Amino acid sequence: MKILVYAEQQDGQLKKSALEAVSFARQSFESLGDLNITVLLGGQVDTQAAADLGLYGANSVWMPSENILNTFEVHLHSLAIQQALAESGAEVLVMAHTYCGKSLVPRLSVAWDAVLAAGVNGIPECAADGSWKVQRTVYSNKGIASYAVSGARRILSFLPNALKPVECGSPCSVTPWNVSVNTGAARTRSLELQKVQGKIPLTEAERVISGGRGLKGPEHWHLIEDLAEVCDAATACSKPVSDMHWRSHDEHVGQTGITIKPDLYIAVGISGAIQHLAGVSSSKTIVAINTDQEAPFFKVADYGVVGDAFEVLPQLTQAIRRLRKG
Amino acid sequence: MNILVCLSQVPDTTTKISFSSDNKELNKAGVQYIINPYDELALTKALELNEASGGGSITVVHVGGADAEPVLRKALAIGADQAVRIDTAPMDARQVAGEIAHFVSSASFDLVLAGRESIDYNGGLVGGMLAEYLDWPLVNVATSIEGGAGGSMIVCRDMDGGREKLEVNLPAVITCQKELTEPRIPNMRGIMAARTKPLQVLAPQGKGADMHVLDHALPPSRQACQFFGVHQMNELVEALHQQAKVL
Repeated sequence: MKILVYAEQQDGQLKKSALEAVSFARQSFESLGDLNITVLLGGQVDTQAAADLGLYGANSVWMPSENILNTFEVHLHSLAIQQALAESGAEVLVMAHTYCGKSLVPRLSVAWDAVLAAGVNGIPECAADGSWKVQRTVYSNKGIASYAVSGARRILSFLPNALKPVECGSPCSVTPWNVSVNTGAARTRSLELQKVQGKIPLTEAERVISGGRGLKGPEHWHLIEDLAEVCDAATACSKPVSDMHWRSHDEHVGQTGITIKPDLYIAVGISGAIQHLAGVSSSKTIVAINTDQEAPFFKVADYGVVGDAFEVLPQLTQAIRRLRKG
Repeated sequence: MNILVCLSQVPDTTTKISFSSDNKELNKAGVQYIINPYDELALTKALELNEASGGGSITVVHVGGADAEPVLRKALAIGADQAVRIDTAPMDARQVAGEIAHFVSSASFDLVLAGRESIDYNGGLVGGMLAEYLDWPLVNVATSIEGGAGGSMIVCRDMDGGREKLEVNLPAVITCQKELTEPRIPNMRGIMAARTKPLQVLAPQGKGADMHVLDHALPPSRQACQFFGVHQMNELVEALHQQAKVL
């Protein structure tokens, strides 16, 4: 089976999701045998980093010869992927369901006339008749739906953090690839980019520290940030906190905010309303810190501390710092 | 501008989700349906854009059965001029987008707004598929939309690790994110007026779905919470390190 993987980059660096995408394709379809994975890089990156995608299961990597894809414009990237699909003869396209992926996969499913399994939460079960069974969360994490996927052309996009990349091969060849799309095909003009500097993107983060109203005001957020820093975590918040403008809305996790599935989610001063839990309940391990021992969060948390955030957080930060110093 | 707003109805955000005994569908008993919150923002934004420019008309479209009509009436009460319901029970996003695309090509809209996703199936796919069917530009996950020069729009959108301000020519499809605006509560005059505004029911074009749900399940339940005292942070960290292996 021929598979095309679209691997995202930003500022010349492969994103974490690029490794996940290659590994996802390899782990999903290895058992079917005769697997050939071509990776299209979504822009130019370091040649060694590109070759190292072979470690995670790529057979070959196509590096754009032109710099036209280096910044993300959905229409240019969609056309480039269609060109690569045609040239590679792939039957399946795999990519991460990031913001970029969310813009690309619906367009591509119509343009390439492919069946789309979008935002799946794990590798598909492949049946003998060639169909797949995939699962994705529905009702904002309050349910899981299984779908049957069949068709001559298929697109599979998976949630970030859905699997850990596994090394299984050796560095592969990197081939220059001529992009036949020209800039005239762009349909949006970028005026300004605001990048969050030095912070771990929330959807990619393996650890997330989240604060709620129990923090009593934005001036106390250094307690959350200090804890996040010692454990390389991203920071997040509950809906009331972003509604009151204590924190910007792009930190809001929950049903109407961002849905995340980190390894560790520490909720501080968040009671655990059903809408909040919907966005975080896929986290592998949940720690709740709250003064109210009846807080609903303790019903879903793996570890709990009944206590005042102002007392607990500095001690927790100190304890993790000690562990890390080893 | 002539603006089309794509509207879906979803269970209220406080709904406790359960499934029918064969797990094929949502257990609808006692479920309160609302306008999908992101679609409601799209509708409010459409009103604001036309109020600022002083003209135009707003149509809301829904692909689904007659049970969605209360939600469409609410959209009319909030301020949409007319509602269209395409009468079919869609199974996936491609079917919804195909039906709306067919409707759009028979009318003349300058702008299509949709929510960035519906909070039931959370696909976030209809806007992008619709844009491709129509061969219109797409801006996904917009946090602000303003009129620009010469019939273009200036849009801010969320992206991985930041935000981008960009310009897009009309006609276009834009999907709406929180922060775009605040939803409006319909007033009495709006509710009265909604009763006589047109709600048109159209026959579907009849395209089928690609994706078929096999069954549903509830998320696996978690183990009971293990508690630590305020002065046992070393023990908690040890558990996170040794037991959960997340530190």
